[in-house]
Amino acid sequence: MSLAISSPATADELVPYKIIGDTIPQSLTGTPGDPARGRALVLARTTTCILCHSGPFPEVRFQGDLAPDLKGTGNWWSAGQLRLRLVDASRFNPQTIMPSYYRNNGLVRVGRNFASKPILSATEIEDIVAYLATLQN
Amino acid sequence: MSFWRAIAVGALVAAAPALLAGEIPSDARRSGYAFMGPDTRAMQDDDTANPGMLFVLDGEALWTKKTGSAEKACADCHGDARSSMKGVAARYPAFDKALARPFTLDQRINLCRANHQRAAPLPYESRDLLALSAFVAHQSRGVAITAGDDPELKPFVAQGRDLFMQREGQLNLACTNCHDDNFDKRLAGAPITQAQPTGYPLYRLEWQTLGSLERRLRSCMSGVRAQAYDYGAPELVALELYLMSRARGLPMETPAVRP
Repeated sequence: MSLAISSPATADELVPYKIIGDTIPQSLTGTPGDPARGRALVLARTTTCILCHSGPFPEVRFQGDLAPDLKGTGNWWSAGQLRLRLVDASRFNPQTIMPSYYRNNGLVRVGRNFASKPILSATEIEDIVAYLATLQN
Repeated sequence: MSFWRAIAVGALVAAAPALLAGEIPSDARRSGYAFMGPDTRAMQDDDTANPGMLFVLDGEALWTKKTGSAEKACADCHGDARSSMKGVAARYPAFDKALARPFTLDQRINLCRANHQRAAPLPYESRDLLALSAFVAHQSRGVAITAGDDPELKPFVAQGRDLFMQREGQLNLACTNCHDDNFDKRLAGAPITQAQPTGYPLYRLEWQTLGSLERRLRSCMSGVRAQAYDYGAPELVALELYLMSRARGLPMETPAVRP
């Protein structure tokens, strides 16, 4: 994939990001995320991660199996790759059921409370990226 | 798509010409009952333990109760529901010729109230409407679903199918993503079903009450963070019609029990 610059047109509150290859190399916030906060976010139902994914979370009884186990994620994806996969997984597979977590336009019938908002904030994306990158074995 | 994959898909299409992509073949269709644990199944199977039966009993009492300024009961026109209502719910939503669109059973009950009983409509999800609808649908328990057979319903079934396939909401998911493509998997530990609406109105343990298919659809829409359609909206009726026609051949279970 070649270099592309994304500047979401109607998404003024989203920070612009640069895609290089299959990565977003730069942090969306300009600073590294906090892996401990990232872990808590992954386990929070509101982020929706563990509705579909399972992972090394012995304290969580109900985890999904619609998507790959997150164990070992940091072995095969770099932080930049993880960041783009969270921001817009549909870039790699238009049929994916994984939502684009940092997107706020081009969606249909979004609920009033969620209109024009991305699922996760830039800070939350960075925290989750930082945590997932630690999942190595 | 690879060459061999294309051949394989071509062969499948040739073998099942009526089946559209992503749809569940008729012999693979399963009620939500098949996805439940033994305790919930036992609760549905035993009429003395099934909480939905209390609503059916209420509905039976309402059936013979005179109401509205016409002072008429359902039974005054329809007689014994055990024979007159048998199989009726299995073909709903049905096409109304006068209004040229499909109607749900709830809407039919309220049309009867307006036109024949001269009574105020019962609000959606009110105890009396659920009770009457459960009582009527219960007369079809065991009857195979035939909804959508009326040729006049064709464009409305197609509209419902389009809505089922349409991604929506902040999570950008369509009904088909879970209920055609991922049934039998687990969403946060809960099994995903095929969304076959065989037992409505049904008693949902999560709700602690009986509820309509529209309530369930609205709750799925909220789940994907979409703006739910209002009760009775043409889109919800079309979705209900598509789902019932998609479940064609499965037996009615009203009142079903679901987790």
